[in-house]
Parts: sequence; C-alpha cells; structure tokens
Amino acid sequence: MPPIQVRGAKISLMSQTVLNSALPAKREITTKPRLSDRIFRSVVTSGGLSSLVILGLIFIFLLYQGYNTLHSQGIHFLTGSNWNAALNDSGSLDLKNSQFGIAAMLIGTLVCSTIAIIISVPISVMTALFLNFYAPDRIKKFMVTVVDLMAAFPSILYGIWGFFVLMPSAVYIAKLLHLYFGWIPFFKMEAPVFDRSPFIAGIILAIMIIPIVTSISREIFSQTPLDRVQAAYALGATRLGMIKAVAFPYARGGIIGSAMLGLGRAMGETVAVYTVLNIVYQVNWHVLLGAGGNIASMILLKFGEAGPDEVKALMAAGLVLFVATLIVNSLANIIVRRTSKGGK
Amino acid sequence: MTTTVSTPSSIIPEPRRPWLATPRQRAEVFAVIFIAAIIDISLVAITPLKGKLAYLGLFLIIYPALDYLVVRAQRGKSAGSDALFRALVNFSMAIALLPIVSILWTVWSRGHKGLHWNLFTQDMHSASVTDPVLTHGGLIHAVIGSILIVVAALVVAVPLGLLTAIYLTEIQGKFTRPIKFLVQSMSGVPSIVAGLFILAAIVYPVTKTFNGFEGSLALAILMIPTIARTAEEVLLLIPHDLRETGLALGGTQWRTVQKIILPAARSGLVTAMILGVARVAGETAPIVLLTGGGDTTNWNLFNGPMGTLPFYIWKGFGAGTDESFQRAWTGILVLLVVVLVLFALARFLGGRRNSK
Repeated sequence: MPPIQVRGAKISLMSQTVLNSALPAKREITTKPRLSDRIFRSVVTSGGLSSLVILGLIFIFLLYQGYNTLHSQGIHFLTGSNWNAALNDSGSLDLKNSQFGIAAMLIGTLVCSTIAIIISVPISVMTALFLNFYAPDRIKKFMVTVVDLMAAFPSILYGIWGFFVLMPSAVYIAKLLHLYFGWIPFFKMEAPVFDRSPFIAGIILAIMIIPIVTSISREIFSQTPLDRVQAAYALGATRLGMIKAVAFPYARGGIIGSAMLGLGRAMGETVAVYTVLNIVYQVNWHVLLGAGGNIASMILLKFGEAGPDEVKALMAAGLVLFVATLIVNSLANIIVRRTSKGGK
Repeated sequence: MTTTVSTPSSIIPEPRRPWLATPRQRAEVFAVIFIAAIIDISLVAITPLKGKLAYLGLFLIIYPALDYLVVRAQRGKSAGSDALFRALVNFSMAIALLPIVSILWTVWSRGHKGLHWNLFTQDMHSASVTDPVLTHGGLIHAVIGSILIVVAALVVAVPLGLLTAIYLTEIQGKFTRPIKFLVQSMSGVPSIVAGLFILAAIVYPVTKTFNGFEGSLALAILMIPTIARTAEEVLLLIPHDLRETGLALGGTQWRTVQKIILPAARSGLVTAMILGVARVAGETAPIVLLTGGGDTTNWNLFNGPMGTLPFYIWKGFGAGTDESFQRAWTGILVLLVVVLVLFALARFLGGRRNSK
C-alpha cells in the first residue's frame, strides 16, 4: 500500500505494517457509477427511449403493410379520388386493376378540420381571455375545472350527443347560411340534404377541440409579464386596450401553436366524425351538403367490409394520417414551446 | 380623569366601496339587458327566424351592440369598445359551457331510464336488440371487459411512462430534449392509427385473431404520453434538496430514486395513472378494430372476443332500434360516471399534493 495522498502531498503516518493492521483497506474513490446505478441508468434510458421506438415501429409496420398499395398506386394514392377494390378470379385482391386514392378523404379531412378551427379558435381565445383577465378568482377555478373535464369526455359521447341533440340546431343554422349566403360557392347546395354534413361534423370537432385550445392559450396568456400589464393599466388603458397592446402580441405565437394542436386532434378524430357524418367517397367542397368523410372515419368504415388485402390499403391511408398529424403536432409543439419559454 | 373623545358621527365618513357598481349603474345594466331582450323578441316575431336558437343567436348580437352604443354615448369611444369586448368575452365563455351542460343533461335525462339492477348482473348473450331494456340483458360483460383491458394497458404503459418521466427528470442525459419532444408528438397520435399499428404488427403477422389484450396494447400507446407527461410534472415538483440529501447520505442514484423520490411523489404518480385511465376509458376506435366485441362475459384477455363499454355503446347506437338506443344512452351514462369519478379522484389527489 502506497503512502496516503492528500492533495498531492505524500504523507506517511506510520510504518506500513502498523497502518495495514490498524485500518481497513482503503476505499477506492471514484466518480464512476456503481453497478446498480449503471443498471438503473441503462434501464431508465431504454425505457425513456420507448416513445421513439413506438413511433418508429408505427411508421415501419404501417409502411411495411401498406407498401404494396403505395407502390402500385404511386402518386395516385394521394391525388386520386376513387376507392375500388377489384378482385381477380381466385377472390383475392387484384392490385393492378383496383384503384386506391385518398384525395377525396384528404380534402374531407381538410374541410372538416378547417371548419372546426374557424369556429373554435375565436371562442377558445376569448374564453381564455375571460379566464385570465375577466373572471373573479372563484369562478375562474371552477371554469378551468369544467373546461379540463370537457377534454376528458370520450369522443363517442360527443359523437352520439352530436347526432341526437346538436344535429337539429346545426341543420337550422345550415339552412340559414344557405338562405343568406348561398351565393358563396362553399354554401351551394345541389340537393336539399342538410343532415349529416361536413359542416355539422366541423361543429362537433370544434366543440371537441375548444378545451385543448382554451387550456393552452390560457396558460400562455397567464405568462404575460405582470409589469407590462400593470404598466398598460397605469397609462390609462382599458382592459381591451391592455389586451390589444400587451397580452395579445405576447401570446400570438402560442395561440397559433394551440390552434395547430387542435387541428392535429381534429384531423385524427374518428368516432365522432363517423357517428355524425354521412360518409360518402367523393370530393365534396359544399360543406352544407350531407356527404363527406375524413381519413380516420373512412378507415373505420371500410375496415368492417374489407378483406385482409384491402386492409393493407387502409394501412397505407393510416400511414398518411399518422405522418400528417405528426408533422402538424410537432410544428405546433415547437411554436408553443418557443412562445411559452422565451417571451418577447 | 378620562375624557371620552366622541366624534360627531357626521365627521366619520361612511365606509365606501367605490369599486362596486352604484344602484344607478346596476339599473342601467338591467335596462340594457331588458331592452335588448325586447328587441330580440320583437325581431323574432317579425322575421322568419324561429325557435330557441334564434332568440339566443339574436341576443348574442343585439346585447353587445346595444351595450356598445349606451356606453359609448356615456363615456366615449374606447370605453364603448371595451364594453363591447367584455360582452363578447362573457358570451364566449357561455358558448363554451353550453355543450357540456347540454351533454350532462342529455346523458342523464336519456340514460337514467335504462338504469336497473340487471345492468350489473347480466350480459347481452341472450338479449336481442328489440328486447325491452329493463328486463333483458345488461352490461356486466362490458364492465368486466373494460376493467380487464384497461388494467392490462396500465401494466404495459405505467413502467414505460414512468421510466420516461424518470429519464426526463432524474437522468437528464443527452436525449432529454428529443424525448420530451417525441412524447409530446406521441400524445397527438390518432387513436385509429394506434389500432391500425397493432393490427399491422401483431394481429395480421402473429395472432390472426382478435382478443382483448391487443386492445390493451393499442390503449397503452395512447396512455404512455399522458402518464409520462403528468409524472414528469410531478417529479419536477419534488425539491432538488431531496435528491442532494439522498446522494449526500451516500446513497446511489438508484437508491435515492427508489427510497426518496418515488415515495415523495406517490400521490402525484397515482394521479398520473388515473389520468391515463381516464384518457383511454372511452376510446372507441381501437377497441372496435381490435377486440372483436363479444356479448358474453369473457374473463380471458388472450382468447376470444371481448366486450367493453365503448363497444357496447357503439353497438347499441349502430343497431338502430329504440331499445338499442336506450341501451347506448345508459351505457354512456355509466361511462360518463366512470370518467367523472376518475377525474374527481385525480383532482382530489392533485389538489392535496399542491396544498402541501
């Protein structure tokens, strides 16, 4: 055993033999983690990477199962609007002659979720403003709980409520829109079928994403620097003046981000849209007409009647939906994070 | 000698609360509402607009406009637009609340008619869609199936979600930022995609039949981000001193996390699990794709179709008879009560944590 080292100086206290017998063996001082910690860290790290693994696996498996469809249809998968599963003589799917194009449903997804955003964002932002700057404390707490509760409601509940309760009122609004704004191309009607239209599906989606958009924009409004708010009041601003000059510029990016998060949710919504919307496989820009669909609800509809080969085409459609929602959500998260952390 | 200084009561001013509205101001507000209501009713009477919706919609336009004009006449332009905006903001909150009130009321008023004890003692294997609701069939199979599937999903999702949260707060390695980002993105994965993934990865290549556990796996995918994000928030609330104390006492990081951090965060972690359950309890799309949805009670997760509450509702709604609609509404009522209880439980635990 060498002499003890204290900050580089060698100190020998006693003779080696006495030292060895009096003291226990010197403990090794090291920053290297123990074995238990190494195991702990590697287990936690691999568990932490599970989200990456799952997202990767979703992509790989949907691509693997949908590859044949994507390969045989090429770009028509995104631009075509026909969905015909042709069978050959032996009863299995004839990929050459069948047409799988999801453009109609892509447009349907776009139409429904755009309506949802147009309706929900103003209401949500105003609600967030109410909760932050207008509501008394007690009412605020209660309302925040209620809005959070709305986010926890299952989508089938919204769907069935929309079908039985909301539909009559929404049809009434749709008829009014058609009566007074029928000259706008979107509100044209070729046949008077107002039930189960993309417009009504859009309203349901709007109601479903109001809690999401509200709670995120509320959080961002609540981070408005208090000194600036009070400075605005001190300068004699009304509440509206303060919101216009301070709160809104501060939160603008976050509101855009929260709207995009809502968009991502609306794009992927399945059951509520399936329940309310009359799913017809065609391109329909006339939002009041009772025919339309979105990718998610189309997958659910076709799944019931599809053979195992056609399901692979549905998986390709699912892949498109997955990638689209992932892109929208990632962008939204980046925007929200940038706003809520940095400030301006 | 003591002198009592008695001040004439006229000198002490009455305590005033200048922030409160004076009776005159209140009367003005009521007058504006009253006049707006009168205009509203008369407009509905003379125009072709009809119904409750017309009254409501017109009032939402007339009241802010009238308020604007009155306040503007009294106090000028900027006060007027402030009043207009305040009215709009209040109405937005009311509009946002309208659906939830309507949903709660509808579910109760339509669902309670189907409540009876058979509901929790019988399944649907001998009841057809046209059998009367109160005497035939129940949803015990759906309740059992839902519980089994959700518990299995918890068993899969809790370790992964918890490990993710521990990685994000305790280890903070070089993957922290990307993992945070991925977890957030993962919470946006549509439920139908999760179902399709299990279909593509497990049902078609391996099992080739539907069973409850496949549904659990899909639900676990939806559950992981909720659990991970909530648990991360909870672990971040644990004071840093506790970690340092554990290390200073000579504990390894593993022992510190195991003996100090996790026990300290226990109620918060339970909240995370409850929120995860609430997130997936009503998920319908992956359940419809994967579980097969049986009508008989099935205790085996790995064999045979399994009924669940969302599937029960889905089927009742799809069957289209009056009796099946009634079953669907009652199913929704049961599901809603479950979600409400879970939500209240999470609030209760979360609130207790914050007050500490």
